[in-house]
Amino acid sequence: MASQDLAGLSYTEERAFPMRSHAQTAFRLILLCLLPLTAWAGIGEEGARHLLSRTGFGANPAQIALYAPLGREQAVDRLLDHAVYNALSAPPAWVNEPFDRPGKPNLTEDEKKALQKERNEHAQELRGWWLEEMRSTPSPLTEKMTLFWHNHFVSGLDKVGVPQLMYQQNVLLRHQALGNFGQLLHAIARDPAMMRYLDTVNNRKGQPNENFAREVMELFTLGEGHYSEQDIREAARAFTGWSLDKDFHFVYRPNQHDNGDKTIFGQQGNFDGDDVLDMLLRKPQTARFVTIRLWKYLVSPTPNEADIQRLSTLFYRDNYEIRPLLRAMLLTPAFWQSQGQLIKSPLELTVGTLVTFDLTPPDWRALAGLNRQLGQDVFNPPNVKGWPGGEVWINSATLLTRKQFLDRLSHDAAPIRNNFIKADGQMDEARGREARIQRLIQAGLRPIKLQPDEWTAIYHVRNAADSARLLLAVPPAQPLPEGMSGAQAIAPLLLDPAYQVH
Amino acid sequence: MFQRREFLKAMGAGLLVSVLPNLSYALAPAGYQRLLVLIELKGGNDGLNTVIPYASDDYYRLRPAIGIPRPQVLQLNEQVGLHPAMSSLLPLWQNHQLAVLQGVGYPEPNLSHFRSIEIWETASASNQYLGEGWLSRLFRSQPVPAGFAADGVVLSSQNLGPLDGGARAVVLSNPQDFARQAKLAADQQAGAHSSALSHILKVEGDIRTAATALQQPAMKPAANPADAPTAPPKAAGGFAQAINTLADILQNGTRIAVARITLTGFDTHGNQQPTQARLLGELADGLALLQNRLQAQGRWDDTLVLSYAEFGRRPRENGNRGTDHGTANSHFMLGGRVKGGLYGQTPVLAGVTDGNLPHAIDFRQLYSTVVQDWWGKDARQLFGGHFERLPLLRG
Repeated sequence: MASQDLAGLSYTEERAFPMRSHAQTAFRLILLCLLPLTAWAGIGEEGARHLLSRTGFGANPAQIALYAPLGREQAVDRLLDHAVYNALSAPPAWVNEPFDRPGKPNLTEDEKKALQKERNEHAQELRGWWLEEMRSTPSPLTEKMTLFWHNHFVSGLDKVGVPQLMYQQNVLLRHQALGNFGQLLHAIARDPAMMRYLDTVNNRKGQPNENFAREVMELFTLGEGHYSEQDIREAARAFTGWSLDKDFHFVYRPNQHDNGDKTIFGQQGNFDGDDVLDMLLRKPQTARFVTIRLWKYLVSPTPNEADIQRLSTLFYRDNYEIRPLLRAMLLTPAFWQSQGQLIKSPLELTVGTLVTFDLTPPDWRALAGLNRQLGQDVFNPPNVKGWPGGEVWINSATLLTRKQFLDRLSHDAAPIRNNFIKADGQMDEARGREARIQRLIQAGLRPIKLQPDEWTAIYHVRNAADSARLLLAVPPAQPLPEGMSGAQAIAPLLLDPAYQVH
Repeated sequence: MFQRREFLKAMGAGLLVSVLPNLSYALAPAGYQRLLVLIELKGGNDGLNTVIPYASDDYYRLRPAIGIPRPQVLQLNEQVGLHPAMSSLLPLWQNHQLAVLQGVGYPEPNLSHFRSIEIWETASASNQYLGEGWLSRLFRSQPVPAGFAADGVVLSSQNLGPLDGGARAVVLSNPQDFARQAKLAADQQAGAHSSALSHILKVEGDIRTAATALQQPAMKPAANPADAPTAPPKAAGGFAQAINTLADILQNGTRIAVARITLTGFDTHGNQQPTQARLLGELADGLALLQNRLQAQGRWDDTLVLSYAEFGRRPRENGNRGTDHGTANSHFMLGGRVKGGLYGQTPVLAGVTDGNLPHAIDFRQLYSTVVQDWWGKDARQLFGGHFERLPLLRG
């Protein structure tokens, strides 16, 4: 009952886990009195877990504790203020080294094989690098948005062929992840990976290739039903002459550009590619299309018209600035009432679990391989439409693979000893930390296993209810047996169907 | 009276047995006991270089760089022939078990991969948006009997396609792994949940049901000497593997109404020839393997195979020795009860420049034929209109 005094506590605790220690409640009440008045609107642990999980990968209890006392605006602003523009993990050394063009002539079979082998290895390293960045970044929101744009402006290694180009594109997406959509659109149209992926490089005067012109309208800006086949044909002509030089840098080749008049969206003129992009940006439908996609990514599969109206108008009026759109979206009441409405993507599930439990995998490339099996192969989405997400993530094969991952994680965990519970039922954080440090030293560079009682000690997880609140967005589908410790509850909670949603 | 009629029917069946090689044809059960195998040629296979109008000068005019030279075409008649990589399908053609469907499409075609495959898989009109696959819709109104492991299995794809949106569909890579892993899907209590969680719970239920069925002991292959297995044709690669997985679970006695296998890579905008030749070879070899294995199980006459894709490709090749998105396409229907031959219309290429081809067969006619004539179910409410069935099946 006392928990109702704390704003933002959801039904998770009150219904499924009514027990709560009085000492802890008293401590929190005191804490609340010490905080400024705004804290009365604090988002609480549930709110913090929700915000972090949706805007990042998982939610680490230390971060939850940091955000829980903040109000909604403070919390969202804190997230936005911590955004970065560059990855902090060092990329593989080869990313900036010169590379051979695919299809280089006069190679022997052996040389071709060796080149392919090297590219495959680079692709693996690249995937591992990004996953590591998602796990360790100080701004998970930055990576979450980079991933959003990767799934919006899709390019894939299968067709691009050169890992270096995919890395460059990733740098661009991160740089503008919270920046300006219009600038990003113009930059992506000249991005070498994109130009190869959607055949801009094959689009010449007299021999137009419509691939980019079609997808820029259907998938990047307007969406199906807001353009005609003629618009596509004419726009393809406008992009002729955009090409890549021998080092895969953007180059404009005037003699390949079709200088004739084109009629696009009823306007006639000698348009070039940038003109077409500006025409697309002038259509409010573009703001609406992107807003809906972002809503489905961060909030729920069912956008409500009133919010979309308001947000897309704001996005359009702000000249496609992404940050204010994000801020407004994360401050809608609908966002805060959407717990459990999204199915976790493979990366949210796997990287998120590592974040939550302070773990690193033995091999990042292997983790990337697992995510590929689960249907999310970064740098190589299934097709230009990207990952559809939502219920499509879950079928019998992927659900079982997800559960195997979680099962192995909890099986590999050190035995549960409940060593760090003090006589009064509180957790001995100091001893927990000490034990963890000892294990880290012993492991050297090797990753350490999950140690449930250490984790519960460090984060004051005193019982199963505490664990559930930190790990689940909705009550477990399988009620936990009475009297389980927080550490014991971890494995059943990870395998609970509710862990698949957030 | 009743007994007499039954007797006459049985007599008729007996007579048929004497002229047809396979007993199971006459005794073929109706309903969902009969299997539908859908083959998705993902990316939009180029039908014009699959079923080739080699007699047409316009074909070679439109395809100076990638046209299949006349002498290489596997001739089906004096007008059209198959791509040279598809020779494994010729025995089926000669046995009149392969129907070649030309000009399959729909009105107001859409040239987007995603939208067009959605139209095919939901069986909607071009401007109609339906949330569920056409098989899910069928199975909701006319359910698959209890005791089936699943409504359908999906191989080589994570995407449920026509089984999306409600059907009990299982994505299978390897049945043994599946049964072992299924233990992780615990029994759940029913209750009110968010739709995201409900979906997880439903999939867990499907897993348990399928796992129980897949654990049944293997049935012996049919003892009928007419069905004795000959050496299975060579077929390598992921497609053949999926075919073998399907044949294995059927041999186990697993009951399903549908299998969908995806072969991907047909979006050949550039340098089409080697890619398409490889894929069509895999396709033909895989289908021959399927016929061989199901024949050995005495199931071939209860099996109907139908290919589909989002669209065909443009008649005129592009500047990159490839083809861009088009409309009407060639497809295949095969099986022990299929009336082999040519259906639809050979593409009329005279006068074609940059344009696309009109369709001769609406794909919903094929679906109606499957629902009504193969399964004996009611197709009238499924496709929002009447779609004339085609006389593709015997009996």
